[in-house]
Amino acid sequence: MRTVVLRTPGGLSLRFRPRALAVGVVCLFVALAVAVVAIGSGDYPMRPGDVLRTLGGAGSAADAFIVNQVRLPRAVTALLAGAALGLAGTVFQSLVRNPLGSPDILGFTQGAATGALAAIVVVGGGTTAVATGAALGGIATGAGIYVLAWRQGVHGYRLVLVGVGVATILTGVNGYLLTRTPITDAARAVLWLTGSVDGRGWGDATVLLVALAGAAPVLLFGCGRALRVLEMGDDAAHGLGVRVQPLRLVVLAAAVLLSAAAAAATGPVAFVALAAPQLARRLTRAPGPNLLASLCMGAALLIAADLAGQRLVPGHQLPVGVMTGAVGGAYLVWLLATERRASRL
Amino acid sequence: MSITESPASAERSAAAPPAAAPPGPRGFPRAAGLLAALLLVAAVVVLSLAIGARHLSPIDAWHGLVDEHSANYPVVRQMRLPRTLLGLLVGAALGVAGALMQALTRNPLADPGLLGINAGASAAVVTAISLLGITSLTGYVWFAFGGAAAVAVLLWSVGGGRTATPARLALAGTALNAALFAYVNAVQLLDTAALDRMRFWTVGSLAAARPRTVVEIAPFVAAGLLLTAALARPLNALALGDDAARGLGAHPTRVRAGAIVAVTLLCGAATAAAGPIVFVGLMVPHLVRPLTGPDLRWLLPYCAVLAPLMLLGADVLGRVLARPSELQVGIVTAVLGGAFFVGIVRRARRAGA
Repeated sequence: MRTVVLRTPGGLSLRFRPRALAVGVVCLFVALAVAVVAIGSGDYPMRPGDVLRTLGGAGSAADAFIVNQVRLPRAVTALLAGAALGLAGTVFQSLVRNPLGSPDILGFTQGAATGALAAIVVVGGGTTAVATGAALGGIATGAGIYVLAWRQGVHGYRLVLVGVGVATILTGVNGYLLTRTPITDAARAVLWLTGSVDGRGWGDATVLLVALAGAAPVLLFGCGRALRVLEMGDDAAHGLGVRVQPLRLVVLAAAVLLSAAAAAATGPVAFVALAAPQLARRLTRAPGPNLLASLCMGAALLIAADLAGQRLVPGHQLPVGVMTGAVGGAYLVWLLATERRASRL
Repeated sequence: MSITESPASAERSAAAPPAAAPPGPRGFPRAAGLLAALLLVAAVVVLSLAIGARHLSPIDAWHGLVDEHSANYPVVRQMRLPRTLLGLLVGAALGVAGALMQALTRNPLADPGLLGINAGASAAVVTAISLLGITSLTGYVWFAFGGAAAVAVLLWSVGGGRTATPARLALAGTALNAALFAYVNAVQLLDTAALDRMRFWTVGSLAAARPRTVVEIAPFVAAGLLLTAALARPLNALALGDDAARGLGAHPTRVRAGAIVAVTLLCGAATAAAGPIVFVGLMVPHLVRPLTGPDLRWLLPYCAVLAPLMLLGADVLGRVLARPSELQVGIVTAVLGGAFFVGIVRRARRAGA
């Protein structure tokens, strides 16, 4: 893997891998292009050119209303949620050194779901209460798993297994909460549990933007190289000057924050966090966490799944979570098979 | 199942392979323990008949059971008796399936719920209910078998089989669980009427038990238990490794195939009747092993007796905790078992093994 180092006269230097950067940029362009198509599609179809003109501020009043108030927030939420999930997924997979270690599997998503269901069932709250509940649930679960997995430090496999146990407990709790609701609330709760970006407004997008703005720079610029070193094992990383436990805590906190924000905005969209880092790794052909490429890949996956969900079955709007669940399930089986053959799992 | 034949086989243990003579209590204490366990089960059965939205004294419960003119006859005979019997059947099925899977994979974290076998059965049942309009238990139990078998084979072939580490197998199973439950959720979402029927079933509950449910499910569980009883000795041999097992006269491939069939029968029947219930198959063998040692000829009967004890106990607990309503048994076992699972993981010295 070729690495390029830029040096400035002031003594600053910047290392990057051209291929990884190129993959990230291409994914970003694909994501934005799909977003433009998605904004243009629906009961009031618009050509991509019109969408771009409207986004530039030159469209008709009707177009401007449809784009800016209805479809743009949805597209932006999908892009940002995908980015957050992709980034969180690659961090988790790197931490537990396993391609299956994503927030859906490790209990964080179930924790967010418990929080949201509690908000729906116990408080009977609206959208804001559900989002708050999801964020709090996800963060509390993250903290709980970290504490339970702690024994003179947190190690990858114990984190996985404790996460699996907690995920199962919370699945039971979620099922209980679901049986406690009247059927109308239950349908709303299941819709939320599937993950959907339908009807998302600027408020959801803002929450995600704040979380990404806080966590992404820390991960991308602060922890990227240390994480790559950490994949060599705790001892090697320690020998190379990485402070292992503080790094794990910071990285885990950032990833939990990202997945909780994504769950708060869209509900638990399955498998994006699992698939995006894997696809990114195959495209960049680089070992270690491909943070930037995964982030852009996650955004592209989620917006593409949302577009497909709107278009695929005429007359039905499938929530994005159904699409990612179905595609992700097939991808998962393939991943299990190939990784097993390479005994990387 | 093999309860009656066990003392006889214990007498032969001097001539048995080394795996069959583990360090542990000798035959008599183990048989006495099994008897004590049976008495405990009888006690829980009485509790299960007596406790509910309306508490009965054991005497009233007895009258309700045998006296057609008793005021409690409809409650006890029509509702609580089938529920209790179903709890016994499902508990025995899941406990034995868990012990079988742990022996088969040589993996202490194997459990039909955790590894997605029950989820495979539920996904198939949900498909049958929602898309094909099948509503009778005898109709969709076959789908449950199909789903359970598909996941068992998939897990075995892609998840790593014997060579998988506990963590790898648990991850593969959880990922399958996530995929299958995403599918179940999606079906429920597209069909609200189905959601109303299935949201109780998908958490795992005995509450829907009718006398017919018990009769319809019993043959499958019995077949699974008999097959398991026949497999106990060869599986003991298999624990020594394939070569040694072949030397002792066992056919490794045939035994494994038989064990997968037994797991499928047991888990499919249990899931079709009661919905996906997790962790019973994980906890019971772990609790039993200190009592019996690793000899499956003792471990399996103990599991077959103590797992119903745990499942019925959880069901009764669910009825007591949330009176006058109730907590579904699947929820009680998920919460208790999850805590137990985290405990095992924290205690395990080789967490990476």
